Amino acid sequence: MKSEEVLIQSGRAERHYWRDLWRNRELLYILSMRDVSVRYKQTALGTAWGLIRPLTTMLIMVFVFSKIAKLPADPGVPYPLMVLAGITVWTFFSTSFTQISNSVTLNSNLVTKVYFPRLIMPMSSIAVSFIDFLVSLGLYIVIAIWYKFVPDWHILLLPAFILLALLASFAFGLFFAVINVRFRDIAQLIPFIVQIGFYICPIAYSSRLVADSQDWWAPIYWYNPMVGIIDGFRWALLGEQAYFNPQSLITSIITIVLFLSFSLTFFRKRENTFVDDI
Amino acid sequence: MSVITVDNISKRYIIDHKKGKGGTTLRDMLAENVKSLFGRKKDTADGGLEHEEFWALQDVSFSINQGDRVGIVGHNGAGKSTLLKILSKIIEPTSGSVRIKGRVASLLEVGTGFHPELTGRENIFLNGSLLGMSRSEIKKQFDAIVDFAGVEKFLDTPVKRYSSGMYVRLGFAISAHLDPEIMIVDEVLAVGDAEFQKKSLGKMRDNSASGRTILFVSHNLTAVQALCNKALYFEKGRLLEDGETNQVIGNYLSKVSKTKLVRQWETPEEAPGNDKVRIRRIELIPEMREGQTHIDVRTPMRLRFEFWNLMEQANLNLSLHLNSLTGECIFNVGTQSKSYSKGLLAGECEIPGYFLNDGSYTISVMIVKDTVTPLFNMEEGITFDIEDYREGIAWYGKWPGYVRPQFPFVMQTLEQGVPIK
Repeated sequence: MKSEEVLIQSGRAERHYWRDLWRNRELLYILSMRDVSVRYKQTALGTAWGLIRPLTTMLIMVFVFSKIAKLPADPGVPYPLMVLAGITVWTFFSTSFTQISNSVTLNSNLVTKVYFPRLIMPMSSIAVSFIDFLVSLGLYIVIAIWYKFVPDWHILLLPAFILLALLASFAFGLFFAVINVRFRDIAQLIPFIVQIGFYICPIAYSSRLVADSQDWWAPIYWYNPMVGIIDGFRWALLGEQAYFNPQSLITSIITIVLFLSFSLTFFRKRENTFVDDI
Repeated sequence: MSVITVDNISKRYIIDHKKGKGGTTLRDMLAENVKSLFGRKKDTADGGLEHEEFWALQDVSFSINQGDRVGIVGHNGAGKSTLLKILSKIIEPTSGSVRIKGRVASLLEVGTGFHPELTGRENIFLNGSLLGMSRSEIKKQFDAIVDFAGVEKFLDTPVKRYSSGMYVRLGFAISAHLDPEIMIVDEVLAVGDAEFQKKSLGKMRDNSASGRTILFVSHNLTAVQALCNKALYFEKGRLLEDGETNQVIGNYLSKVSKTKLVRQWETPEEAPGNDKVRIRRIELIPEMREGQTHIDVRTPMRLRFEFWNLMEQANLNLSLHLNSLTGECIFNVGTQSKSYSKGLLAGECEIPGYFLNDGSYTISVMIVKDTVTPLFNMEEGITFDIEDYREGIAWYGKWPGYVRPQFPFVMQTLEQGVPIK
């Protein structure tokens, strides 16, 4: 056991913060596993829920948007596949965004009683949504096989888009997690944001519709950082037939990098006061 | 070697009082200043908020050497828990600094982070890693933990189905198997049954025998005395005393106790009591020697108790409890039950010298009807201190025990010389 000296002082950012974080990786793993194993305790269907949710959402959307509203799919792409790809990445983003935003307040019993790098809380809260995401992606593959839809080389870029979606949820979630500690308004606000996001992002429809549109609001649409990620994700799965504007991806990357560094600074600055505010 | 050096730390809290109505919401915050989101909290009054400062700790400095077992005593709100939280890195001080050498484990609660839905086994890993154990350490100690807690049969049961005793035992067992150099313990011994408390106190003593430094906050002064060699006494956020346990606790108790040997009420109307009995006077009369100013262990005392019986005819007796300041009953004596008619009654009890050890005590007197029905209990009627007194003894440590009798205890020589070559 090595003895090292710790200095506790006001406003002093921990010098070894990132090393501390690395040392606590086991705690990160255990907290992640806690959330995962608690998730479906005392449910009769258990992990099947991870399948039921995206499947029913897809069926409803196919019915409402394709059959009733008659929204067109990208040419050469089956509408259900396009929707399911959109739902998969959107659900991943929105659930991990929600979980991260609530991560600190949900773990308030830990915040007041034990020290560890607080970033572990938002990080560990991603696990649950990531597992749900993998289940949903598996469902996509099954349905793609059903449609005899074979992805091409684009699929190699899929991990990059997954990572981007993750970083996006982290960038926005972290910011709200901090504010949520002081103002529980955030917990009310988040479902609302997610609901709006669902409509302003290309999930039920293709961005091609907006690209073809001459309306005044069309240029604003592209400022949504999620557009590039969702379109890119679909493009990686469905290939060249899916609409993808690389310009929107650049917007996404810039927004995410900026916001992520802002949120991280904000979080690090405020994390020592969580216990006073919670 | 000093392992913890606390240098002039203070902790300020700002309490927001609302001038208007409603809680602190985002709206107020936005109305305040978006900038202050980023900076520290502002202590100037603005917006709809009125700020009041509260110092939970003020200018506290001390240092602790390796292997010390330090008890922290003081009333609620004296800043004890704030101090422990600062030392545990949970909150940061407003000013001042702390240097800690070595791995710290803090137990501010039994079973930190236990999740009710998880099994005992899963919770051991969860809690262990929250307290800073690695998975391999937990695996190595796993059997010892389970054995200490006595929960083998329920390892795969969710802890929400545990009895509260099992829950506490499991929580403590995990922390008892930590291997830190410095251990910070807050009141965790206040839970669990007596048997388990004894076991955990023993475990902590074993730990300290191996050179571990322990900081221990407790209201149980007996536990502090049993465990700690040093003590810190806090009051209203300030460190009042830092020294050897018995001395610090003695001073703490003397500050707490209000030594007043007579209490008297002139008329039944203002006296404590009820429609059956009313207290007139309670008095402790020490038989001081010449020149003696304080009651000490030699001093015989009489407790005199007078009360009005407002009932026409009743079988009454008195029951006297003498308690230590920590609330333990040292003894209980009662008078014979006899029939008395309406009027002023008195009881007197003699407490001989060389009976009570030095310390602070309280006396409660209960008036009982028909030997079973308490009519009135005069709780903490008199509080008094007994000072130490020694003659011909060159030892100054705290004399152990609740009583200080001088029973005949003699030595004699049986044989001169020892028949060993």
